[in-house]
Amino acid sequence: MGVVVLLVEIIWLGRGGQGGVTAANILVYAALREGLYGQGFPFFGAERRGAPVMAFSRISDRPILRHGMFSEADVLVVLDPKLPLIEATRRVLVRDRGVVVVNARDDEALDPRHYRLEGSAKFYAVDATRIALENKLVVAGWPVANTSMLGAFSRATGLVRIESVVEAIKEYFKGRIGEVNAKAALQAYNETKLVGEVARSVQVHG
Amino acid sequence: MSKSMVRLEPIKYHVPLARPKQGVAGKTGFWRTEKPIVDNEKCIRCYLCEIYCPVNVIRVEPETGVTIDYDYCKGCGVCSDVCPVNAIRMVPEE
Amino acid sequence: MTAILEESRGGRILPLTGNYAVAMAAKMARVQVVAAYPITPQTSVIEKLSEYIEAGELEATMIRVESEHSALAATFGAAIAGARAFTATSSHGLLYMHEWVHWTGRARVPIVMAIVTRAIAPPWNIWPDHSDFYDQRDAGWVMGFAMDNQEAFDLTLQAFRISEDPRVYLPVMIGLEGFILGHTTMPVHIPDQEAVDEWLGPRRQGFVIDGSEPLAHGNLAWPEDTEEMFMDIHRAMMEAKSVIREVDEEYYRITGRRYGGLTQCIRCSDAKYVVSSMGAWSGDIMEAVEKLRGEGYPVGVLRFRFIRPFPEEDVAEHLAGKKLVVVFDRAISFGSMGQLFMETVAHLAKHTGKLPVLRNIVAGVGGVNVEWREFYELIKDSIDRFEEGGELEYFTWYHKARR
Repeated sequence: MGVVVLLVEIIWLGRGGQGGVTAANILVYAALREGLYGQGFPFFGAERRGAPVMAFSRISDRPILRHGMFSEADVLVVLDPKLPLIEATRRVLVRDRGVVVVNARDDEALDPRHYRLEGSAKFYAVDATRIALENKLVVAGWPVANTSMLGAFSRATGLVRIESVVEAIKEYFKGRIGEVNAKAALQAYNETKLVGEVARSVQVHG
Repeated sequence: MSKSMVRLEPIKYHVPLARPKQGVAGKTGFWRTEKPIVDNEKCIRCYLCEIYCPVNVIRVEPETGVTIDYDYCKGCGVCSDVCPVNAIRMVPEE
Repeated sequence: MTAILEESRGGRILPLTGNYAVAMAAKMARVQVVAAYPITPQTSVIEKLSEYIEAGELEATMIRVESEHSALAATFGAAIAGARAFTATSSHGLLYMHEWVHWTGRARVPIVMAIVTRAIAPPWNIWPDHSDFYDQRDAGWVMGFAMDNQEAFDLTLQAFRISEDPRVYLPVMIGLEGFILGHTTMPVHIPDQEAVDEWLGPRRQGFVIDGSEPLAHGNLAWPEDTEEMFMDIHRAMMEAKSVIREVDEEYYRITGRRYGGLTQCIRCSDAKYVVSSMGAWSGDIMEAVEKLRGEGYPVGVLRFRFIRPFPEEDVAEHLAGKKLVVVFDRAISFGSMGQLFMETVAHLAKHTGKLPVLRNIVAGVGGVNVEWREFYELIKDSIDRFEEGGELEYFTWYHKARR
């Protein structure tokens, strides 16, 4: 047990059935490929398809001693563009110098007022729903944007390289499904853009 | 699974395990107050007495009929009770 | 990856949930029979073992039963016939099989069972605490509890060695919290199968009932004979302590990992205050303690890996002579105190006439999430108030209302 050099806490906010838990887990695979320790888990309890749900990841360069859920995060990944509109994003406190990665095609979902920010934050956006549809990633009628958002996460945070994400996805999903998801992740990585930066003083939150 | 995969190593502790053997409680025939007496002429070889005997001392053979090991028969009378042709009767011990 | 691999001997690293880590360990122990009934949060242990069997990766029979009572009965039947047998359950499933928990323990039949812990209802609750696990304390099982997924794997594998050791011949249950470990994916180092085979060896047991010779098991015994059998269970428990330590050491040979036997003590030697705990949140406590160390607090952590047999020597070694001992319990014996606290104090009193100042904090019951920072604050507050000579409650229930 030593001093924690790097410990990043990530919350995946999506709807039940959108694959937030899978993304949280695949990130552990990707972290391993970077020589990092990872932890990925769902919200503890029963979840409903369609309801706003969280999943959690931790990444560290040391064995992770912490366990369990948290409500403050260094990185918030939003899998569904409608969640900021109903303020579901305000359940999470994004820590100072945090990163917010949103599946969004317009500015509304990126309005900082929908978020609870401790201090400064960088906002990244990608139209992951479109990417999912383009790659025919549709499960039970829903476009599944989780693997695209893993690509976006890689671009926004630089914590894991896109190569590791792609390999992790192929390890997690065998065969053709892995290939398609990996392609979507790569596409999302390339399309993810920094769309805004909130300075410490600007944001008032409660 | 094949038994050869188990390595039996002696146990040094008391365990709730018993190896049944004849006569562990002595000659229990001594406990009798009534003795079952068989009329093998009447016996129809239905085997009910052998099946029902709670202490497993009755044998029925097709040729010779019923034999009872009186060393261990406690005289409970179940055999006499279940016999469909009244071939076993209970007689007081002397 | 390299950081973990450097400390390990061969093998590979897989991201696994705690439940999958347990299933992987059972598979690598080459269990021959699994009998189980699904219950949240245990289900994925059994699902994964079914997948292994279906895929031909595990040569075992899965007995599907209609209840947990039958699950442990069938596991017992297989084990007594000579099979390496495994089962897993949680909460109400465990309570339903409680009669068989006693039966298998007192029968001296080696079995390994994983308990993916979960609170007991009502009210209905699927979140983790230690109530179901502590409810099994008096049944003659060796009882271990993991802190993370790696240890869930390691302990499960070690459990087979301990259970089948002729000095022990008792069933072993391994606890891990549902969700916190059970459904959380973490990297787990898996040793090579050949190394495990060589280390674990074939199934060992004291007697086999498989129909080849007439044997009567569990029939009426006189009180004196009965008591002798129970005294022997106690003796075997006492011997199990050295077996657990040995197995932990030998496991180091194939994995490069050892935990320190029945307990793990971090920062204990020069500590004036020690915090004691069991389960996943011990990690959070270690992080809190590390931060307190950074602030100059001489504090350590005594983490229980086993509570049966109870590691009284470790308690004596690490707690006697300390100024303050705080025990965190994730369960309570209603009308008394936390179970770990009661046992710690009882055994400590045997070894020292001068007890430290003692404090029991019950928390996280019903699955309430307690974060490392809260431990930091609770521990710091306890030490500060102790040093200031203030009032320190002997027993506290740390509760926070739902937000």
